[in-house]
Order: sequence, then structure tokens, then C-alpha cells
Amino acid sequence: MLGENGAGKTVLMNILYGMYRPDQGRIFVYGKETKIDSSAAAIKLGIGMVHQHFMLVPSLTVAENIVLGREPTKHRCLLDVGRIENHIKALSDRYKLGVDPKTVAHDLPVGLQQRVEILKALFRGAEILILDEPTSVLTPQEVESLFGAIRTLRQQGKSVIFISHKLKEVCKICDRITVLKRGKVVGTVDSDKTNSDELAEMMVGRELVSAFEKEHLAPGETVLQVEGLSAFNDRKMLALKHVAFEVRGFEILGLAGVEGNGQTELVEVLTGLRKAKTGEISLDGTLITAASPHDRIQKGLANVPEDRQKDGLILDFSVQENLILGQHDISPFATHWSTLNLREISDYARDLIQEYSIKTQNRNTVARYLSGGTQQRVVVAREFSRKPKFIIACQPTRGLDVGATEYVRRKLVEMRDHGCAILLISADLDEILALSDRIAVIYEGRIVAIRERAGTNELDLGLLMTGGKCDQ
Amino acid sequence: MTNEDSAHTIRSRIVAVVSQVIAVGIAFLVGAIVLLATGHSPIAAYGAVLSGAFGDLYAVGQTLTQATPIIFTAIAFLFSFKAGLFNIGGEGQLLIGGFLAAFVGISFTGLPIYIHLPLALLAGAAGGALWGFIPAILKAKLDAHEVITTMMLSYVALYVTSYMVNFPFKAPGWVAQTVPIAPSAELPRVLHSTQLSGSIFLGLIVVALAAYVLQRTTLGYEIRAIGLNSAAARSNGINIQRGMILSLVISGAIAGLGGAGEILGVHHRYIDGFSPGYGWDGLAVALIGGLNPFGTVLAAILVGALRSGGLVMNRVTGVPLDIVYILQALVVLFAAAPHAIRYLSNKGVAITRVLEWLLAKMRAALERVKHIGRRSDA
Repeated sequence: MLGENGAGKTVLMNILYGMYRPDQGRIFVYGKETKIDSSAAAIKLGIGMVHQHFMLVPSLTVAENIVLGREPTKHRCLLDVGRIENHIKALSDRYKLGVDPKTVAHDLPVGLQQRVEILKALFRGAEILILDEPTSVLTPQEVESLFGAIRTLRQQGKSVIFISHKLKEVCKICDRITVLKRGKVVGTVDSDKTNSDELAEMMVGRELVSAFEKEHLAPGETVLQVEGLSAFNDRKMLALKHVAFEVRGFEILGLAGVEGNGQTELVEVLTGLRKAKTGEISLDGTLITAASPHDRIQKGLANVPEDRQKDGLILDFSVQENLILGQHDISPFATHWSTLNLREISDYARDLIQEYSIKTQNRNTVARYLSGGTQQRVVVAREFSRKPKFIIACQPTRGLDVGATEYVRRKLVEMRDHGCAILLISADLDEILALSDRIAVIYEGRIVAIRERAGTNELDLGLLMTGGKCDQ
Repeated sequence: MTNEDSAHTIRSRIVAVVSQVIAVGIAFLVGAIVLLATGHSPIAAYGAVLSGAFGDLYAVGQTLTQATPIIFTAIAFLFSFKAGLFNIGGEGQLLIGGFLAAFVGISFTGLPIYIHLPLALLAGAAGGALWGFIPAILKAKLDAHEVITTMMLSYVALYVTSYMVNFPFKAPGWVAQTVPIAPSAELPRVLHSTQLSGSIFLGLIVVALAAYVLQRTTLGYEIRAIGLNSAAARSNGINIQRGMILSLVISGAIAGLGGAGEILGVHHRYIDGFSPGYGWDGLAVALIGGLNPFGTVLAAILVGALRSGGLVMNRVTGVPLDIVYILQALVVLFAAAPHAIRYLSNKGVAITRVLEWLLAKMRAALERVKHIGRRSDA
């Protein structure tokens, strides 16, 4: 099931799984018309769903998670998970899922947590498995092994509905592909009789520029310099270990890495939200290691955060109010008396809405009601239009559809062309390769390699990201 | 408001107002059932409340007198709530403010009113501000939860002021109260033969100022940003500790000013236990008022009317006064509780949907009525 964000894939699947009720239309399971009015009914029909966000209880074991809601008991009141563990183990072996029922859920990497969700569905007797964007949280290696598992499931006679907006994956794993656009089925094609150009065309209704074109520019002077930077994470463990790099003007430095290798801490230290244990950061020649987030913003730091809804926007503020966040207390938006200059603010908002084509009813619309792509445009508009010298962009296109992704990428390149130094942090190698001038790889809190973009390929990076040693 | 305000914003505002009005209506309906069940006529009882609260100028004066301190404490609660802080210590801030105002009122004599009165009011605000600053600094530096600290400090204030008027500052006689304040510190009465004082105007000015600060100043912007999403506020360079401290200090100052208004305007001396729980009423009233400064004034007047009208109802119809407290509790239950839950969980979608659905139904019914009307015309 292929389609852009907001095409209706998840809604459709939620209907199949009994979470939403359809207004009209009929559903047939094994040729029989059925009514699915609850997820219990869906499970009874053999439909299982693996959500995009896993729903595991972190402190319970795999087996306990799987039986949650229908716990096996002995003498009617004592929990008897042991009895079921063998059954789960057998199930895991049969579908080559490689899950140990006795492990505690929070000790599992994301990829295996997903397996547990699959196992849960199988345990409940699922014949039809719905996987909602299953690869969005996985590393390239984990994706490969998920595909292996899906193939095994297929061989054993299960049906899998694989939802994605990634062309490559759909082509690779699916037998038939149904494309959804704005809530309508565009068509269903056999995957061996189609190609990614055709699919992209069906999906967005226009030819896609797959390769990202950008001018080759000579890098300028160093804008951001980081030396010997170490920092703790929230659990007081060393998350950054003597990190050193520089980002120059007219340059995008891509920082590739599997999530959770110190990227979050790095961003927080750079933006001033987390204290550095050792090391120095200088921006445009001045030391900012001890500067407040506020001062760093005034000195020319911009940040497109990873979680725009949590760190980027105030969802219950209007578009206008969000657009001045961080500049609300300086001229021209604030007067001498520290009151807000509403005229300047609304003029500014109106300009930005136009310049960045922010699809909003008007500047007073509450940000919560905007689509994900539009919300990101608000963040990008705010951060880029205050003429920053250095931009941190963390997973800037995560969860965005093709159109919005292209827009954000083009804007990033545009900022580079105007002389900005940009640090692009992403787990998506396509993105890193498409945009970066140089590429650094972070692994377990260390920068393990910094290379020119030319002559770097996906395989090398993938190995470095996972601690491989291809060049040592 | 500009014409660019989206239909959505306006609609959600209407929904907010209508939902509070409906809630009050439901509370009165349930109250009527209680009245019937206890063998009283709801019509007679409500009629008595209404005439007792608004029947003549004197009644209106008494209603507004009751509403005045609650306006202060409600705005105080609202102001810190906008920063995401639950200041439930309005009671203590009001007591300290009241006592310090009385202290200044007693201590100086021979000052002209335009110096003495502002000084006494200022002392009240300062006392409340101090009582807000203590939990604020504890929150900012030690991450002590403000619900605990503000509540505990309320008891400290209660016993400290009680000690003061029972011992060092006790006036001769049986009652635990101070000597009267100097006339130059009195807030003038504004309605003959009622206790309504200039404090009501002070309260309305505070409401307008609070609304202005929250909506039109950088401080208010920061306070709202912190309250709605402190992570994003922090990421975008807002000093969260400063915003929290300021909002609690201002909140305390407002409550303290309310206390000063009561002492200087109504009692003219500090009387132990002069507040029957205005601080706690303020919390409920802010919620009934939909956490909007102007809604809060209306809600405070509603509660004031119940209080003053209730006395008349009791006298005229013999319905026990307790029914008024039941009514007040019901209003809080229907109007405030869902609102608080909605605001706190930040998941207002469900309840808004229900209300929007209700609105749509009402609108459809209205159309139908109009339609029938038109048909019968033809």
C-alpha cells in the first residue's frame, strides 16, 4: 500500500482493524462480507496489525507483552506465563523471527521490538498482517532482516499488507502494489511489471526529480568549530566522547548515524540545552560553550529540531505566534516597553506565509490544525528567515511526504548557497548522500569518519554507522 | 481582533462560551432536582436567589461585594496557570497581603490618603508577591512541586496571621482582630449602605491589566509559551525559570492585593479568619470562567450572586443555605472539571467535538424552525 503522507493509508488500515468505522462501503475477508466494528472482531477474523509506534510495556518480558490482555492463569488467579513461553518460542522459530520470549522489552533494540509486535499478532492467530510504515524506525540492516521475516511469513501462507511511502522498499518486498492518493485508489500493479518512475508518477501525479541537483561550491571559512566535546546523557552516561569537527560556510556537513548514538546530545549541547562536560564550541569565531540558548540564537544559530511538535512548535500558538518564537523579545517585534508590536508581527507573518507557501487558512490559525508538512514549513520559515549563520537540521524531512521533503531539501541547499554553514543530522542515508558536501559518521558517541561526499557510498556509510571496519 | 481571524478561532471561542453556559444551566437543572427531592419549589427558590442577588441596587451591591475578592484570587490563579503552574496558595497570599495592608494602615497616621492608601495596597501586593516568590524559587532551583509548596505556605500564612492578631497586634476585647486602620488608608465605599468598596474597580483594572500583559507583552508571550510547551519554549531561547518565577510572583501579588482590598475596603481592620476561603473559590472560579480573564469576572459574579442571593432565599423560602453550596459545587463539577481535565490533558478534541456536534444540532434545529416559520408565512 503506497501513498504519500495523508493519502489515507493509515485511515484505511484502521478501518480494517476495526478502529474506525467506515461511512459506507463493504469489506470482504476470504470472500465473505464482514463487519469489523472493533479490533477484537478484526483479530477474530485473523487480521493483525503492527502499529507505527510500538505498544509494548517496557518493563515486561516479551512473553508477558504478548499475552497481555489474555493472560494464561493457573488456579484462576495465578499468572502462568511460563506455560506459554515455549509456544511463543516455537512460533518465533517457525517464522524465523529470532525473538527470545524471556527478554525484557526495554532491553530490545527497535527492530526486535517490532518483531515482538509481529509475534503478538501471529500469536493471536493473524492470517493477514498489516504493517504500518514498519521501516520508518529501522536502520538499513534492520530493514533487510525485516524483509527476510516478511518473506518467510509469505512462504508460510500469510498475507501481508505493507504500508509505506518509500518506493524502493515497496518495489523490493511487495508482489502487488496499490497506490493511494488523497483517499482514492489510483491503481494496483504487479511489482514485476512496473518501475519506480511509474509508481512515483501514480503517487504524486507528476514526474519526480529523484536525484537532487546542486551546484558545487567551494567551502568558505569555518563557522562552527567543535573541539574535544564530551557530554553526559540523561542517565549520566557519557554520550559524547571527544567529538571534534568543523562546519564551513557554503557547506552542508552530513552527520550520519543510527539513532541514539549521541546525535540528540550533540544537538542539545550545540543549542545550549545541555552542558558540555569538556570541550569548546565556537560560532563565527566567538566561544559559545557557556552561552544561553537565547544568546546562541542571537549570535546566528538556527535549529530545525528532530521533533517539531515537541521542540519546534508551540502547537496551541497561532502560526503567527510561532513564527516569531525566539525573536519575540527583540526589535522590531518587541517595543521599548517590552510589549508586542502586533503590526510588525502580522506583516512579518504574512510575508513568511507567502514566501514559504505555508498552507494555512490565515496567520491566526492554531499550529495544531496544520498538516505535518505545513508545520515543518513554519519551523523552516522561522529559522531560515532570521538570517542564521549556522543551521542545525535534525531529521528535517522525517514523516514528510515527497513534496514537502523536496521543499525542505531545496531550502537547505538554498541556505547553503547563501553562505550558511549547515549541520544535517539524519538516519536516512539517501538524504545524507543527496544533500551533503562532506559526511561525518557518528557511532557510540564518537565521530568515526569524516569524508568528502564524492567517493562515498551507501554501503561504506552503513558499515561505519553500525561499527563496521571497512577502511581500517 | 481583525477580520483575518479565522472562522475556526471564532467558532472555538463560541464553543468555549456556550459550553460554560450550558454547564451552568445543567448545574441549575440538577439543583432543581435536589430542591424537588427535598420538597422545595425550585421556581420559588431560584426566584428568591435571583431577586436577592440582583433585585435592587442594594442586592447588586452585596453580590459585587461577594464577588470582589474572588475576582482577585481567580485572576491570580489564572496568571500562574498560563505558565503551566498550579498556584493553589491564593488563600495564603491573600491572608499575608491583607495582614500587611492592615499593618501599614495601622502603623502610620497623619499621612494624606493619596500616599497612605497606595502604600497600604502596595504592602498587600508585596506580601502576596513574597508568598508567591518562595514557592517560585523553590520550584526553579530545587524543582519542588508548586502544588505542595503553595498549599503548605497557605497554612503557614494562616497560622502566622492568626498568631499576629491573637497576640502582638490584638485589639482589646474578645475578638481576634487588630485595631482599626487609619481613615487615610481606607478604600472608599462606592455604594451607600453596602460594603461595596473601590476594591471592585481595582479588581477590574487588574483583570484588564492581566489580560493585556498575557496577550500583548513579551512577558505574557513567554509565560503562555512556557505553559503550552516548555520544551519548545526552552529550545527557542526562552528563560523558563525566569518566566515561572515572574508568573508566580505576579500571581501572588494579585492575590495579596485582593486581601488588601478586603481589609482596606470592607473590614477596615484585620480580623482573624476574614476569608471564608476566597483563595480556593478563586481556583474554581477561574475554571468556571474558562480560564479567560473576562470570563472569570462573570464567573466571580455568578458565585457572588449565589452567596448573597442564597441568604435571601434562606430567609424568604426557608430553603437551607446549603443548597447554594450544592449549586456552586455542581457548577464547578459541570463547568470547571471538564475544562480542567481538557486543559491539563491537552486532549480537548473529544469534548470539543461533542460541543461542536451539539452546536451543529442546535443550528440545524434553528434552521428547521425558521423553515417552518417561512412555510407558515407562505
